[in-house]
Amino acid sequence: MKPKVAFFDFAGCEGDQLQVANLEEELLTLLGQVEVVSFREVMKEHSDDYDIAFIEGSCTRLQDEDRLKQIRKNAKIVVAIGSCATIGGINALKNYKNLDEVRKTVYGENAKLFDTYAARPIDAVIPVDAYVYGCPIDRTEFLQVVKSLLLGKKPDIPNYPVCVECKKNENICAFERGQFCVGPVTRAGCNSCCVNEGTVCWGCRGLVDNPNENSHKEVLIKYGLTVDDAIGKFKLYFGWQEAKR
Amino acid sequence: MKDTKNSEANFEVNVHHVTRVEGHGNIYVNVKKGIVEKCEWSIPEAPRFFEAMVVGREWSELHHITSRICGICSIGHTLASLKATEAAMGITISEQDLKLRKLALHAENLQSHILHVGFLALPDLCGVGSVIPLASSNPNEVKTVLALHRTANDMSNLVCGRTTHPQRLIPGGFSKIPSMKELANMRKKLQESIPKIQAVADLVKSLAAKLPDFKRETEFIGLTNPDEYALYDGQLGSTDTGTAPVKEYLSYTNEYIVPTSTAKWAKHARDSYMVGALARVNLNYDKLTPSAKKVAEMFGLKPVCHNPYMNTIAQLVEIVHSVDDSIRLINELESAGLQPQPDYHKPEIRIKAGSGVGAVEVPRGILFHDYTYNAKGVCTKANCVIPTNQNHGNIELDMKALVPTIVNKTPKEIELSLEMLVRAYDPCISCSTHCLNVHFV
Repeated sequence: MKPKVAFFDFAGCEGDQLQVANLEEELLTLLGQVEVVSFREVMKEHSDDYDIAFIEGSCTRLQDEDRLKQIRKNAKIVVAIGSCATIGGINALKNYKNLDEVRKTVYGENAKLFDTYAARPIDAVIPVDAYVYGCPIDRTEFLQVVKSLLLGKKPDIPNYPVCVECKKNENICAFERGQFCVGPVTRAGCNSCCVNEGTVCWGCRGLVDNPNENSHKEVLIKYGLTVDDAIGKFKLYFGWQEAKR
Repeated sequence: MKDTKNSEANFEVNVHHVTRVEGHGNIYVNVKKGIVEKCEWSIPEAPRFFEAMVVGREWSELHHITSRICGICSIGHTLASLKATEAAMGITISEQDLKLRKLALHAENLQSHILHVGFLALPDLCGVGSVIPLASSNPNEVKTVLALHRTANDMSNLVCGRTTHPQRLIPGGFSKIPSMKELANMRKKLQESIPKIQAVADLVKSLAAKLPDFKRETEFIGLTNPDEYALYDGQLGSTDTGTAPVKEYLSYTNEYIVPTSTAKWAKHARDSYMVGALARVNLNYDKLTPSAKKVAEMFGLKPVCHNPYMNTIAQLVEIVHSVDDSIRLINELESAGLQPQPDYHKPEIRIKAGSGVGAVEVPRGILFHDYTYNAKGVCTKANCVIPTNQNHGNIELDMKALVPTIVNKTPKEIELSLEMLVRAYDPCISCSTHCLNVHFV
């Protein structure tokens, strides 16, 4: 029997589920291996009987926790996909603001009707078995993770910084070009895609498990930058991870 | 829910999270003795507070952050954001970069429209719940749609460096541009896609009788431009009130809060208005390419069309237009001679304080970003008005007008008509709950 899979989304842009649609021809192959029982964005049918749940988006309000817990109960394997689900993503930028103030300014007297709390990744609410990082996810990496899971293996996700891939791609270092880059502390696996396109690493795959802070400080000193410069850039994607550290 | 026809019907239609749309929206209808007691379109999506999030961030990051408002129209958000930043600081871009940005926008419109017509709307016309059963019942048609989707994504990749959340689009221009050889290859793929689009149009035409014949007069708003079919640039246009400069957008959008919705609603000359492909075709029909007009004629789509279900057909028309116009743009880039630029290009920007509005037509309609920067180039205030927000009011008023006309149908049929109505707008709800208008100090 084909394993049953379901897709769910919380606070996010649905750009990761779009990458699944972007598999195009490969998606047809994948559909030969699994049975999709719930995917609100593309299908009307829905079932709570599934083996693997893919979750996109952050949890940003208490009322969504119950839905997450129910998904955890139904699924044998929970996979977080995309920055918002794996690390809190860009949503966590709001965590630096006074949330009550924001909410009151937005909803006025009705503030209490609209729940919000610090944006957090899925594993801050329920246990997560596998992660597909990135904003958006890379569809090839998504396929690899799915293949591993179907074979009962633990997906192989890099735990070294983007710089490793970036050097291999022979990019000119962003710091050398006078730009700030968070590649030295960001988890690789993206093949340094943003730097390859002429920009910098923004940190969307989150911090590596043990970022080499001393070495990063040396980089900052070498290019005349301060820890405050770094903290400012870290806020973009590392908000939740930094708060936890 | 009883599935029988009855003019004295008592029933509820309660669609909790409409499927095959981006984001979470609910339909609730309550009919007692054949009379509609309640008819509601509500948005329970979690709000994300983007306008508050960008306050305190630097000019060079805003397009990256606001791109994340929406995965499906991330190129459009990036472009609206860049235009706002560039307007605030008086930055101009080259003719070549302008053409490349227009290509980027066409790529996204193609991708999004093909996804909607082929994957989200077509299943209703075929009487199935998703594209998945169509993959076995109509494999050739599904493969054609997938191939078109791939071509659109290839174009995004080529121009933007990525299909979603583009990288090459930066303030003042591009960090990297494609080569003329790559653009010429793209042109070939676009030319090859023309017969495939015709095949999809023929398929939709064979099923077009399933599109409800419903009409409710409303106002249509979008960009309009005397020189071209307005997508990247133009003036504000309304089918009711004529044109106005983009900087007057707030007097058009007039956003307001509805208690059942985490998204804001909008109205202008009437109780609601519509934006998107149908609004654009209604406003700018004359500027469509001849073959796009032919597809419009195939379906009897003429301005001003007041049937919201025809938005899907208007998207089909725009697919043809975007392919034709992309080929034209590549031809122009070729004849002008593509100017190379250094690797890791970073345009010289003179940072200064100021405010600017950027308006772009994205797949679902007109999108506004409005930023204020201080002298250090740090954002102090931001406002984004999203196409789907502008449509929410029109969706609900359409529902209220539609339900009494179909109250004698079975509840299942009514539910389908309402779901199809919502889907016709191709709503992007994540977008629309990006935030309410935060006045953050």
